Amino acid sequence: MDMTGAQALVRSLEEQGVEVVFGLPGGAILPAYDPLLSSSLRHILVRHEQGAGHAAEGYAWVTGKPGVCMATSGPGATNLVTPLADAYMDSVPMVAITGQVPSALIGSDAFQEVDITGITLPITKHNVLVTSVEQIPVAIAEAFHIATTGRPGPVLVDVPKDILQAKAPWSWPPTMDLPGYRIPGPPDLQAIRAAAILLRQARRPVLYVGGGVIKSNSHEELLQLAELAQAPVVTTLMARGAFPDSHPLALGMPGMHGMFPAVAALQDADLVVALGARFDDRVTGSLPHFAPRAQVVHADIDPAEIGKIRRPDVAIVGDLKATLTGLTAGLHTEIAESGPLDTADWLATLDDWKRRFPLRYTQEDDGPLKPQYVVERLSALTGGDAVVVAGVGQHQMHAAQHYSFTKPRSWVNSGGAGTMGFAVPAAMGAQVGRPGELVVAIDGDGCFQMTAQELATCAIEGLPIKVLIFNNGFLGMIRQWQELFYDERYSHSELGQTIPDYVKLAEAYGCYGLRCDSADQVDEVLEKALAATDVPAVVDFRVHDREGVFPMVPAGKPNDDIVLGPEFSADEQRAAARRTVLHTEKVTR
Amino acid sequence: MTTHTLSVLVENKPGVLAHVAGMFSRRAFNISSLAVGPTADERVSRMTIVLDGESTPVGQVMNQLDKLVRVLKVVELHRGTAVERELALIKVHAEPGHRGQLLEVAQVFGATVVDMSPSTLILEAVSSPGKLDALLAMLDSYGTCEIVRTGRIALGRGTTAITDEHANDQQAAAVTAA
Repeated sequence: MDMTGAQALVRSLEEQGVEVVFGLPGGAILPAYDPLLSSSLRHILVRHEQGAGHAAEGYAWVTGKPGVCMATSGPGATNLVTPLADAYMDSVPMVAITGQVPSALIGSDAFQEVDITGITLPITKHNVLVTSVEQIPVAIAEAFHIATTGRPGPVLVDVPKDILQAKAPWSWPPTMDLPGYRIPGPPDLQAIRAAAILLRQARRPVLYVGGGVIKSNSHEELLQLAELAQAPVVTTLMARGAFPDSHPLALGMPGMHGMFPAVAALQDADLVVALGARFDDRVTGSLPHFAPRAQVVHADIDPAEIGKIRRPDVAIVGDLKATLTGLTAGLHTEIAESGPLDTADWLATLDDWKRRFPLRYTQEDDGPLKPQYVVERLSALTGGDAVVVAGVGQHQMHAAQHYSFTKPRSWVNSGGAGTMGFAVPAAMGAQVGRPGELVVAIDGDGCFQMTAQELATCAIEGLPIKVLIFNNGFLGMIRQWQELFYDERYSHSELGQTIPDYVKLAEAYGCYGLRCDSADQVDEVLEKALAATDVPAVVDFRVHDREGVFPMVPAGKPNDDIVLGPEFSADEQRAAARRTVLHTEKVTR
Repeated sequence: MTTHTLSVLVENKPGVLAHVAGMFSRRAFNISSLAVGPTADERVSRMTIVLDGESTPVGQVMNQLDKLVRVLKVVELHRGTAVERELALIKVHAEPGHRGQLLEVAQVFGATVVDMSPSTLILEAVSSPGKLDALLAMLDSYGTCEIVRTGRIALGRGTTAITDEHANDQQAAAVTAA
């Protein structure tokens, strides 16, 4: 049976199990939009292609399935550049399909022509320009295979218009031809054994958990290992939810705005076991000063991450689920052969730090509304059961710190790329992926204004996301840095709290608009917003414009220079800096 | 300058060179030279990439190259266990009074004369990179007016081929033994 390239493209997506495509049509991709109309695919018509890209990411974050977005050539394709870069940094499985000008016009500066494979070369796991109609099924199959296997990532498929219009016989499945694409095999047993030995011997171990644990669906295996090893767990910004925050072994988030016990535990550890984490500079601070006394076990699916930043003592390449299962088995064996673990003093020390150096802020009854308070109330009212999506900045850090995560795939944010404007479209994609569940975007006023147009999409498509704008009238994180490092010279960081009127804006987009500026209204307003199931709800929380994010390690400084913040006395800050690890005399055994 | 020489087999498809070169620029790795050409298998091209060894972590470069979907195989070739060659064409000022001396220099370095005009010569030299540098230094005093170099190409000595499964291990073992 002959099919046009466009029909083959849509059929290939169906065969691939795709349920939803986020996109916006244009000239070059138009042939593909015709068969889309009569296909089983749900197409969500966004208002800006960037929204399509981030929505595909949000969908992938919460479902684990690849997100799919589609755009036309030229500016349609370049509007996908930021989401592609974002997905690449955060290893999000995504397939982007772009129309291209007809083959004969490529290279001629034709209308709406850009070299999108050239542009996205450094920000995609792979990309390809399709050169014949016969290639379409195999190009799509390969794109999904590459996007979802090994370390996931975005793949772009660029299809010239004439190829969408040409005809060829249809057949499925196609034979993939990827001789250079290798997925790491099972982890090396000797490396796992070496790691298990280190783990049994360690007195001050830390499990440094990254996004890989969530991507490999191995949170249960992590829990088993942590409990057997009696090792505390830090979950990076990418891994919030991989380990329940309520667990006694949970230390919370490490890094620049990490919780003190998480940051200090890594600094004082004698063994750091990195699990699907990549020693990002926001986690390590000054690298020579990071975890200076620790041996390192690094487990990752991507061999290129091993030794990229920190040279490990033991490297384990492969699927994390198998690695964690192997480590637990290996540790059982080690304990049986060489005696029990000894981390009790370490855990007592960490409990002491948790008690003395918690997250701290002050919400006065009649004082300005604090963003931390809103997050804590949201956490309490939802029981940690919502899908929380954040943009980038202070609100993101407050959400990551103060929301108590209970399960994986309940946290979505732009981690590596730090893309402002991520939250609204990503929440839209998350809601598509998890219909009927509560999806709450915590957003800043700066971020919100970058992609707010997707509220229209949400309203029309029946996607009742909740958007909580933490409106402090500033690019808040910028303001904080200017306060701390630029002599309080607030150069171009003030946006103003009143323009636009976010309630009216919400209403204009067909959403439910609410405002809240005092602590005593927070519960009532949140309950109203969370109860709205027919349309999206937007809340303008007028929060304190001077509130900072703490603790904080200034960029490039050693993590030992962590600043607890204005809520702590000078004595407490000194005590934190001079912290000691408890040591009871080791009993001979 | 210490260098590392990598032999890279890649799929012979459009855009592959851009993927490889793009990875180097994106990761801020420095290439000293890059030579690319076909192999006996028409689906496969072979690149020889020379890295500046001081500023570039060679293991990381190999891992990143390996991740590129169109890259089939990456092997490091070690000096002493590999033959390295480069071809250069050198146009040098050759006033009649200097011509005899220049021909002598060419003979010492095994270079051949491939073009001659009343005031210039073109020499063709195929040699190891060090010897070529010495020749160029020697010619400099006569005044070179144009140079073109192909960049280094290299092959491992002995029976091991790049397509052997353990080519990298065998190269490394040979170095350790030496």
